[in-house]
Amino acid sequence: MSLQITHAIRRFGAVEAISDVSLSVAPGERVALLGHNGAGKTTLMKMILGLTHVDGGSISVFGAAPGTSAARAACSYLPENVAFHRALTGREQLRLLARLRGAGRKQADDLLERVDLSDAADRRIGTYSKGMRQRLGLAQALLGQPRLAVLDEPTSGLDPISRGEFYNLVNELADGGTAVLLSSHALTELEARTDRIAILLKGKLVANAPLAELRSQARLPIRLRVAARPENTEEVAGRLGGIRVNGQSVEISCLQGEKLGHLGRIAALETMIEDVEITPPSLEDLYRHYSGRNPT
Amino acid sequence: MSAVLAIAGVELRIALRNLWVALAVGLMAVFAAVLTFAGSGPTGTLGVDLLAVAVASLTTLTVYLAPLIALLLAFDAIAGEAERGTLALLLTYPVSRLSLVAGKFVAHLGVLAFALAIGFGLAGVMAWAIGGAAGGISPASLLALVKLWWTSVLLGAAFLGFGYALSARARQPGVAAGLAIGLWLVLVVLYDLAMLGALIADNGGVFTRTVFPWMLVSNPADAFRIVNMPAGEAQALASGISGAAKAVSSSFALSALAAWSLGALALGWVAFRKVEP
Ligand SMILES: Nc1ncnc2c1ncn2[C@@H]1O[C@H](COP(=O)(O)OP(=O)(O)OP(=O)(O)O)[C@@H](O)[C@H]1O
Ligand SMILES: [Mg+2]
Repeated sequence: MSLQITHAIRRFGAVEAISDVSLSVAPGERVALLGHNGAGKTTLMKMILGLTHVDGGSISVFGAAPGTSAARAACSYLPENVAFHRALTGREQLRLLARLRGAGRKQADDLLERVDLSDAADRRIGTYSKGMRQRLGLAQALLGQPRLAVLDEPTSGLDPISRGEFYNLVNELADGGTAVLLSSHALTELEARTDRIAILLKGKLVANAPLAELRSQARLPIRLRVAARPENTEEVAGRLGGIRVNGQSVEISCLQGEKLGHLGRIAALETMIEDVEITPPSLEDLYRHYSGRNPT
Repeated sequence: MSAVLAIAGVELRIALRNLWVALAVGLMAVFAAVLTFAGSGPTGTLGVDLLAVAVASLTTLTVYLAPLIALLLAFDAIAGEAERGTLALLLTYPVSRLSLVAGKFVAHLGVLAFALAIGFGLAGVMAWAIGGAAGGISPASLLALVKLWWTSVLLGAAFLGFGYALSARARQPGVAAGLAIGLWLVLVVLYDLAMLGALIADNGGVFTRTVFPWMLVSNPADAFRIVNMPAGEAQALASGISGAAKAVSSSFALSALAAWSLGALALGWVAFRKVEP
């Protein structure tokens, strides 16, 4: 395991910001950490990086304790809301960080190009937009082939195209064997781009599984929407027993196990219908399900 | 070591772009020139070594300016990084905290030493140009000027250390700046006023003989003043406490100043080590 968290606890005064969290990330695995504001995502990441201490349990990063030089050499970090020194240019900042990481200047310059900052690289960071600063932050997290990348809300402030490019970078990292742990509030973008989803609720881990598994565990209904031919709407609705919507469509909610049976019945009405649409529970539905449940 | 140099280089660049360097050099140059020129009026005709007079007034000036410049350079060092979020980032890099703060210290001390050198150099050149015809400048006063320079750097180092400690404790640049101004006022202005008041009230009593010498070396600014007091008592110093300061020897004061520099830097280091970003 790249990262192994066992029964970790972190308290702020009387509040347990992280209570008894166990989580692991394997090499090449992309894990998304979700949770409401104040759930403890940033705190957990800081514990992994050795930026804040652990009150109980243990964390091991490639067998080393967080914050030790072995662990630091293996990890990269993108803090949430990072703002670099206004007076430096993007290139100066990234070259400094490259030198501290033991990566070459060339890699710094290449990464500036990868995150589309080559035009702005020699301008002061004070003139950058929020998304440009965020991309500079991303570039530094890729310096020196990290073996574990911890990214706190990496896509906040990025436009849709940049988000897509960011996930391409994440995939490249993961393909190279880097373990990636990232947090996000933008649920839709995570659907196809992470191997596993972990959900924190008030410091407790309430879900930790691949998306498909979360779906079947949650037993949330799948929606089938059948568009009937106008003259057959009555009959289709009567035979399938669903709810009529928009005059011409019929909607059926069912569980995963019942899906094929319903589809068979729908297929038998082939001549009476125009189309059928299947909507599995979205990540947002799942997130609501897991974080709405009282964990105690 | 490479990390220290890399950080120092970038910090130097930041100091140049923030105009801290221009400000420090400008302040030192203007004040040194004005003081030297002002000193040339009465002494030039009497044939007294103009540079010796200049060193005396520069000492008083430096007691105020070196700590001020040092605190200006240092207050943002850790609090600024904490606020920008770069402190958390840097602490995840494979660089020790000692290298981080050492890199900043090298750059800041360099800026300070450079500004002081420009100011004092200007004073030396002016004294030579104005006083060359009259009394000239003696090797002794030149040595005093050089000593003034390196002890000023020591004094500055002490206040850099204080500045880092404040910056680490405050964690917000605004708060750190406020604390720095407060510290400067207390150590450089109010401390002397309080001592002076106590001396007058005590009128040569127990306080003057026992407590006062220790109070002088308990403040790096006063230790610095004593170190640079002229050996001969011919020159009258601007400071009112100079007469009573004979109680402390110059070498003891120098040890105190050096101890303050090391102690303050250690203080800054300890405060920085405790910071959880
Ligand atoms: N230094 C601190 N002192 C006291 N409480 C803290 C501190 N840092 C975090 N907390 C508390 O710990 C809890 C978790 O905070 P954290 O920043 O980890 O949340 P988060 O999941 O990252 O939220 P967000 O989505 O808003 O970024 C919050 O209740 C927060 O108030
Ligand atoms: Mg957060």
